[in-house]
Order: sequence, then C-alpha cells, then structure tokens
Amino acid sequence: MIAAKNIHKAFNGKQVLEGISAVFEEGKTNLIIGQSGSGKTVLLKCLVGLHRADSGEVWFHGVEYTALSRRQRSGMRRQIGMLFQGGALFDFATVEGNVMFPLTMFSSLSKGEQRDRAHACLERVNLINARKLQISELSGGMQKRAAIARAISLRPKYLFCDEPNSGLDPKTAILIDALIKEITVENSITTIINTHDMNSVMEIGDKVIFLYSGKKWWEGTKNDILDAENVELNEFVFANSLAKKARGMM
Amino acid sequence: MLPTSLYRLNFFTDIGRYLLLMRRVFSKPQRWRIFYAQALDEMMGLGISSLAMVAIVSIFVGAVIAIQTSLNLMSAPSYMVGLATRDSLILEFCSTMIALILAGKVGSNIASQIGSMRITEQIDALELMGINSACYLILPKMLAMVILAPFITIFSIALGIFGGLIGLALTDYLTVEQYIEGIQRDFTPYYVTYSIVKSMVFALIFVSVSSFWGYSVRHSTLEVGRNSTRAVVTSCICILIFNLLLTELLL
Repeated sequence: MIAAKNIHKAFNGKQVLEGISAVFEEGKTNLIIGQSGSGKTVLLKCLVGLHRADSGEVWFHGVEYTALSRRQRSGMRRQIGMLFQGGALFDFATVEGNVMFPLTMFSSLSKGEQRDRAHACLERVNLINARKLQISELSGGMQKRAAIARAISLRPKYLFCDEPNSGLDPKTAILIDALIKEITVENSITTIINTHDMNSVMEIGDKVIFLYSGKKWWEGTKNDILDAENVELNEFVFANSLAKKARGMM
Repeated sequence: MLPTSLYRLNFFTDIGRYLLLMRRVFSKPQRWRIFYAQALDEMMGLGISSLAMVAIVSIFVGAVIAIQTSLNLMSAPSYMVGLATRDSLILEFCSTMIALILAGKVGSNIASQIGSMRITEQIDALELMGINSACYLILPKMLAMVILAPFITIFSIALGIFGGLIGLALTDYLTVEQYIEGIQRDFTPYYVTYSIVKSMVFALIFVSVSSFWGYSVRHSTLEVGRNSTRAVVTSCICILIFNLLLTELLL
C-alpha cells in the first residue's frame, strides 16, 4: 500500500499540488486522472521521489519514504518500476541491453541468468524477436512494451506508469493497458497509473482519483464514476460524445 | 532583459549548483566493473575519435609556427627557430590550444548528450532505479579524458614539431638540419611535465563544465542547443583563467 498525506508542491510560486492525500491499494490498478495540467505527473513524481514535495509525506508499506536519506531511498527505489511517458529507454543500449540494465546494476545474477531473466520479461511483453534492435528502430508501442519489460525486470513491488498509452493508436493502447493490468495481477504489484484516457479508466481501473487544479476533487471506483454528481468530473468524463452516448444508454 | 543584479545572482547560483553536482559526481560508483568498462568506452568515444583532428591541427600549426619564427628571427642564430618552435608548442599550443579545441568538440558533444538524456527522462529513469546519475554519467568521462590528456598532449607535441620540419622543408627559410639542431638544444624536461599537468587540469575543467550544462537542461530541446553553446563558452573562459593561474604557479 502507498499513502500520500497532504502533499503540496509549487514551482516558481505557482501552486501545482494542494494538500493531496490518497491511499493506493496493494495488488490493484490505481488510476490518477485529470485534465492536462491538473498535476498528475507532478504527483506521480512526488510519490516516487523524482520531485521533492514542499510539504507532506509519502509512505510505502509503513515506511515514510519522504523521510529517508538519499542512500536509503536508493535502496527503496529498486522495488519501484516506472514506465515514463516517453519510455525513457537508454539510447546507448539495445532493447535487450535496456532490460538487462537494472539486473546488471543491482542483481547478483550471473550474466547468463541476467539474460534469461531479460528474455523472460521480453517474452512477457511479446518483444523477444526485437531484442537485438536499437531503441530508435522501435515503434511507439514497442518502446512502451520494452519500457514495461525493463520496469518489471527486478520484480518490483510497485509500478508507476505516466500516461502509458499517450501517442498510441487505440488498438495498441488497449494492448498496453491489458498488459499492465495482467502484470499487476500476476505479481500482486501496487500499480499507479496517470492517464486522461477514459477508455483505460473503464478497462483497467480498480480505484480512481480525479485531480482538478492541483486538488483531489473526487475518489471512487470505476463503477462509481458514471453516476458521480461532481460537475468537474462529469465535464472531464463526458467530454467526448461517445461517453455521453454511453451514459444515455445506461 | 534581466537586471545586472540578477545576472550576478545567476552566476553565483550556477557556481553553487556546479559544486553540488561535483559532490555527487565524486562518489563511489555503483559497480566498479561497469565503471571501468564505461571509462574505456568513453576513451574511445571522446578521446581516440579526436586524435585525427588533433593531428591535423598540430601539424599545420607546427608548420606555421616554424615558418613565422624563422621569418621573425632572421638575424638570430639558426638553431633558435627549432628551439622557439619546440618551446612554443610544448608550453602553450599543445596543452592550451588543444584543450580549447577539445572543449569545442568534446564539450559540446557531452553537453548535448547529457542534455538529451535529461529531456527524454533517461536521467530520471536512472535516478528512479536508485543510480547516482551524476556519478554514472560524468565520472567515467572525466576519468577517460584525464587519463588520455597526457597522451594527446605528447602526440600533439610530436606532430607539431614534425609539422615544423615539413613546413621548413617545403620552404627555403631554414634547412632541416638547422631545425633539427634547434629542437635538440637546451631542452627543459620540466616544460613537458608542466604541459601535461595543464592538459589534465583543462580536461577536468571542460568535461565537468560541459557535463554541468548538459545536466542543467530542464525543459526543451532548444535548451540543449543553448546549453551546448554555454558549455563551450564557459569551458574556454575557465581554461584561459586556469592557464594563467597554473602558469603563475608552475613556472
């Protein structure tokens, strides 16, 4: 379980997050949704420690992550896998090299065992045949899948995904969503996903948090979302005509 | 336009940020085996790939220095041309000028490489894995260039002197024998030590300064280009300042 308590964050005097508190449940797919600029990515980066919150606490399984020293935090980060918006794959390595990278740096496995683990991860994301390719040779969807393989190579307890299907066609986006969901269930990972894609919310979301202007505006399950009375949430959810039709059919 | 006081504040802020970054750079690498492998790669990528340019510049500048010296020292003893060419190359050209050239070539390469990694979140990915990205990315480059700097300097001195010989052989200002006699006269080995020490300090400066500017990229690809230019300009100014300080201290 991951808990955020009263997180505040400002950049150059502009308040981006205002008192966000939330609990992200273990073994579930937790979604943070909201419009562009609502503070989703900043919150995600505060949770993983890439941004230091101005005030507030982040707890991972009863450990106050925000109170740890840089060294202690480094140890903790090995339990975290993250899928960045652009993939953030290393240009200096092949697909296989990228997946092997965390294993080379942190595991005590032999070279052969590292390769076997990397192949298993690539197999899982259906990318084994592309293992020798350079990152520049991959399509957007393949890059996301390679990034997922890298994120799970050390068998993390927590998986963070920043807009995992942004820039992907609808079919590939569904595949990526399904893959994240399956990996979460298979490994009992606590997964937190930032998205503004309502399709993802309805497909894979267990718990949903809606951010609006840097504040937590609404919290519930995907089943509650269509019946919610919150005006801003409804504006966000029913922004496209397809969703409006779906509501009309209910 | 920023007021002057803000520019001054930025200057001191940048120095502070540079020192903080260096504190992170000079820490124990995560895995020594990987660190040595990276340093070897960087030697190939940054140093060895620069040798062709160093060779061309050294030969031509050596030839020009020899010809200009022979024109300026018409009435001096003939051995003076070789002696002056050799000492100019050892004392100044092969350490300072080559460092300035490398600051342009290698420095902009480092700044743009690290800057691109910053905006594509590759540095965030390293940090998130629990890796000290500053140490992982910058320390091997520093080690590689500091180790290679003496070899590049000696290589440049040898080719510069050879270039002088070619320059004089192609003209009739001085005979090759007179030039060779000159380069063997009154040789002070300490000058070579001085040149090597300078080149190592300069390598440390341009790698660290360029890495700092690359690391400082925050928002956009435009900033990568801007910071690459800043890296070269700042490195060159620092090299010139340290050249004066080291000359005062070591000679």
